[in-house]
Amino acid sequence: MLLPKPGERDLRLDLFRGLALWLIFLDHIPSNIVNWVTIRNYGFSDATEIFVFISGYTAAFVYGRAMREHGTLVAGARILKRTWQVYVAHIFLFAIYTAEISYVAHSFENPLYGEEMGIFDFLQQPDITLAQAMLLKFKPANMDVLPLYIVLLAGFPPMLWLLLRLPAVALGASALLYALTLYFEWNIPAYPAGNWVFNPFAWQMLFVFGAWCALGGAKKLSVVILSPITAALAILFLVFAFFIVLTWYIPGLDALVPRRLEEWMYPIDKTNLGPLRVAHFLSLAVLTVRMVPSDWPWLRSLWLRPAILCGQHSLEIFCLGVFLSFAAHFAMVEINPGVSMQVGTSLLGILLMIATASLISWYKRIEGRSPRSRPGPPGATLVGGGV
Amino acid sequence: MKPIVVALLCLLTGSAAVAKEGNECITAAGSTSPDFGLPHVAQAIAKKKLNIAVVGSASSELSGPAGTNIAYPTRLEETLRSLLPGVAVKVTTYARPREVASEMEAKLPRIISEAKPALVIWQTGTADAIRGIDPEEFRVSLDDGVDKIRAADADVVFMNMQYSPRTEAMLAVTAYADAMRIIALKREAVLFDRFTIMKRWNESGVFDLYGATRTTNVAERVHDCLGRLLADVVVTGAKLAPPADKGTQ
Repeated sequence: MLLPKPGERDLRLDLFRGLALWLIFLDHIPSNIVNWVTIRNYGFSDATEIFVFISGYTAAFVYGRAMREHGTLVAGARILKRTWQVYVAHIFLFAIYTAEISYVAHSFENPLYGEEMGIFDFLQQPDITLAQAMLLKFKPANMDVLPLYIVLLAGFPPMLWLLLRLPAVALGASALLYALTLYFEWNIPAYPAGNWVFNPFAWQMLFVFGAWCALGGAKKLSVVILSPITAALAILFLVFAFFIVLTWYIPGLDALVPRRLEEWMYPIDKTNLGPLRVAHFLSLAVLTVRMVPSDWPWLRSLWLRPAILCGQHSLEIFCLGVFLSFAAHFAMVEINPGVSMQVGTSLLGILLMIATASLISWYKRIEGRSPRSRPGPPGATLVGGGV
Repeated sequence: MKPIVVALLCLLTGSAAVAKEGNECITAAGSTSPDFGLPHVAQAIAKKKLNIAVVGSASSELSGPAGTNIAYPTRLEETLRSLLPGVAVKVTTYARPREVASEMEAKLPRIISEAKPALVIWQTGTADAIRGIDPEEFRVSLDDGVDKIRAADADVVFMNMQYSPRTEAMLAVTAYADAMRIIALKREAVLFDRFTIMKRWNESGVFDLYGATRTTNVAERVHDCLGRLLADVVVTGAKLAPPADKGTQ
């Protein structure tokens, strides 16, 4: 079957995307003791992989149906509308960032930090940096995910068209682009120097793979995914990755890693979505699918509802998370940097994310756009491919 | 001679309270003992002549009238002289604001031939983070730099970025700090973890690193402590690795 059954909304996607949003929020607060819980400390991949994969999956789920029912033009136009929304959200976040950094630049002076003050240089030439920001070339710290998503969405209409007709060809083309990107080191230049932190030519592979899975690929792979051999390999790989990560922190352990392995393995590149990161993500995904079936009763429980709610409004909650991580850092700097503050702001941030997600749900319900108030599949405006 | 004059002045004006506060920062810094030895430093100490080159960017200097005299390289030199009596210690600073690791790596041969160091202290990371250099490129520069320094029979100590609480959310240093830590472990080079040390100072209240100030008071004391801690790392590292004739390297 090419498309998922109508109304078959997989709550697991919302759950894990919600969790990924929380982890990204925690990872973005500097010097936060709580971000030791995030997965990036235990393996090669992090929340970004979860996020991009699920976004590809939901985008195909929603717009694939739209393309089949209303045609290529309508679905393509909807995807581009969503792209525009994400772009606007990014510029909004940039405005908040600029406000914060301008405040700090004017209120802070200390000869010790002459060098660090260099990050305020861009305020001196707003003519250039603002234009570069709107062209998505100037991206301040921790604001790299939305530009990646904008490019992925903008390129999605033709890819979706191909995925619906020749899924294998589409997946192959995506993998080929990924391989060529790694080989020829293609990327988009950034301002003032370097390249995009998340290379869209490489990361598209995970997005398209997610989309392919949503359009029937997962079913084709189900024998492989559910095989005990795959599970064993995944566990072995996760243990291996954990050990390698330990060698990054504990002196002496590195001697246990053979030279040849190191030469083959490094660098484990985040910018270009290194193959080991993909393998690590896939291992996590395979085990998750095994342990959490789509009819898992817990998915309907009250306990997981907050994460699912956040995952259902991912663009809004992602943006809120970026803003809250600024705010949390601000609170630590201005009030108190202690552990209790770190834990407190982390928890408060997540609570605010949940509250906001509930509020958005409520708005959608009173406007009659909720999946419960309307029979049939959820509309594009609700899931919207998410972030 | 100027550093000595300053040191004397410090001794004359320094009260017991200042000395006590100075040791407070040493205690609060936590463990800074090097993970690996410094064989070439040990050799140089045995030969009674220790040249050190500090390669870095703006945070290896301090602006203002007393500038270089209060920055950590000078404090390192003074402390090493008192810790190693009879050894001619010379610390030369090659610091240029905004310089990134690849630029420093390119001028290492000139610095090495000029200063003939037994030890290169390589302070880097912040400028790369500000300019958004690809962390992978940064890592390669460090790796190549270690090759050059070791080929010239010298040891290397990496010094990572300062902990700057005010700018922490705006300047993503993690990727660069990780790269430095990983290269240091891989190449068995010493990492002087300035970031963690300064963070501990801030947390324990030894220094207020987020207070705004126009004076160099805090900066001066921070550099003094960094210089002394670094001197301890150099001496301990030399003890960890006996001179080459005893079989290391």
